[in-house]
Amino acid sequence: MTLTKEARTVTIGSPRVGRRARTGSSPKRAGSGSRHRRGATRWVTLGLLALAAVLALFPFILAAVNAVKTAGDYAAHGPLAMPHSFDLNGIKTFWQNVDYTNKLTNSIIISGSVAVVGTLISLFNAYALGIGKVRARRSLLLLLLLATTVPQEALIYPLYYMANNTGLYNTKLVVIIISSVMSSAFGTYLIASTLSEFPRGVLEAARIDGANRWQVLRMIVVPIIWPTLTVLMTFFFIWTWNDFFLPLIMLPSNDNQTVSVAMGSLQGQYTSSPTGLAAASLMGLLPAVAFFLIFQRTLTRGAVAGAVK
Amino acid sequence: MTTTATIARGAGRVSPLSRQARKGYLRYLLPGAVGFLAVVFVPFLMNIGISFTNWSGVGSPTFVGLENYRRLMRDHFFWSAFEHSIWFIVAMAIVPTVLGLFLAAVLFDYIEPRFGQRVSSVLRAGFYLPQVLPVAVAGVVWGWILNPYGAINAALQQLGIDDPPNWLGDSRWALPSVMLVLVWMQLGYGLVIFMAGMARIDPQYHEAAELDGASWFARFRHVTVPHLRPEVFVVLLTTAIAALKVFGPVYVLTKGGPGNATNVPSYYSYSNFFGSLQVGYGAAVATILTLVVIAMAIVFIRIQSKNEGV
Repeated sequence: MTLTKEARTVTIGSPRVGRRARTGSSPKRAGSGSRHRRGATRWVTLGLLALAAVLALFPFILAAVNAVKTAGDYAAHGPLAMPHSFDLNGIKTFWQNVDYTNKLTNSIIISGSVAVVGTLISLFNAYALGIGKVRARRSLLLLLLLATTVPQEALIYPLYYMANNTGLYNTKLVVIIISSVMSSAFGTYLIASTLSEFPRGVLEAARIDGANRWQVLRMIVVPIIWPTLTVLMTFFFIWTWNDFFLPLIMLPSNDNQTVSVAMGSLQGQYTSSPTGLAAASLMGLLPAVAFFLIFQRTLTRGAVAGAVK
Repeated sequence: MTTTATIARGAGRVSPLSRQARKGYLRYLLPGAVGFLAVVFVPFLMNIGISFTNWSGVGSPTFVGLENYRRLMRDHFFWSAFEHSIWFIVAMAIVPTVLGLFLAAVLFDYIEPRFGQRVSSVLRAGFYLPQVLPVAVAGVVWGWILNPYGAINAALQQLGIDDPPNWLGDSRWALPSVMLVLVWMQLGYGLVIFMAGMARIDPQYHEAAELDGASWFARFRHVTVPHLRPEVFVVLLTTAIAALKVFGPVYVLTKGGPGNATNVPSYYSYSNFFGSLQVGYGAAVATILTLVVIAMAIVFIRIQSKNEGV
């Protein structure tokens, strides 16, 4: 899991890095501009790409189109037709059956807590490693990186066993703790690399002024690296929101389930009601699409932070 | 306000990182270290320990030595699970990297100069969106599309194919169908990274090649791709590891079935843990999976550092 996460980070973080260099290349554009304007090839290419993009978005479109059909409309015209009816009952039924408000609340509580706790742990770790330069910090960072490659399956049974024996099984708390620690491996690495280039002079000045370590961290380090921290919190929030394996195992009861797990257990339940399943899919898609749209800017602003490494 | 000591205003301090000063930072490692021990390190060792036992999860485990590992060697479910992993690497790492490179180059190098950045950004976002979906949600959507009466088969029937396959329910089609979903999910990841990487390439190279009369495709092959080596490496490594660990899509789409057609190591260990309650055996599967993942990471990094040396 964690590596996928790591993979995603770079991704989400990267989109805009490139623009700068590109805009700088205007002479080239001007030079070959006349040639570019010729020919239908470019329209064909654009058309093909647009088609491919629509194909990539096809599942989203299908879910949306079918979520608002009545069962009769679906039966008469099939999944591909535009809706002849507009009916929100499928969505309503799904919402009530699954108690989706509850699932959303659980997901928000868990993801929000992981975002904060995971970032705090990462920050403390990185403060000690990046600024404190404690002994063996290279080996510690390497160990953390190695830990991110360990598959969750190799940890889950002991975790499950431990959770059962401490009474933490089937609580949101256990998912929050485990996810925070696991996310912090990557977070530590990211912040530590940002901090290792931290201006030493600022720290010295603060110390001479009599600030202790905690004050330095809170009043100097945190404000300066705040952009990195918000990016990290956003990542952690989305990763946790998307996480499936851990909540699947740790949160069996309906009351504690997250959106992801509720979605995962739909399979088979709704096969008799294709419009119901489409409605469920749409409800699962919407928060993710919303995050994508809301966070896109924060995430791209963090591109530099992600690129430092 | 945890600390009152060691502000080191004293005269005896030589460097800002004297031994004493370093020690003062150790307390900041405490939450992380405790968490790491409890959540990663100890469970990891416990799992290895469990893999040498026969245990149903209740009562006390019986030590059986290497028996589970011997059994693994003969277990064709286990081997086929790893064989499927190779297919998943194709679907999650290789195909998205190749396609992503090409699409990224077209978007960055062809569409953007001609139609502007806005158009290419919108297209890129379209390809990228599947990446940010929770796997479970993607799985439900695709499960619905691929079911025997779903959208794909409805389309095929309209095209006059009367008897379209049951994509996820037929053991011949299940693996390719899951692979298709994975390609869809992963494509945007490489695409976005490659596009960012392309901005790093000095436009002079492209200009020089253009002056020499190189076609778009020749520039793609001889300028873009070689310069993107580091990005390609990162994408291949991370996605290949993700492919070895893949669980969610298999769980949601097929539960490893039909029969054994889409079983993968992570799902196999999960079903041993929580399905058939052969915890010791599941732990052995998970341990082997870990070894394979780490071995692959090391091999990749070796190859990469060799390439960089040249």
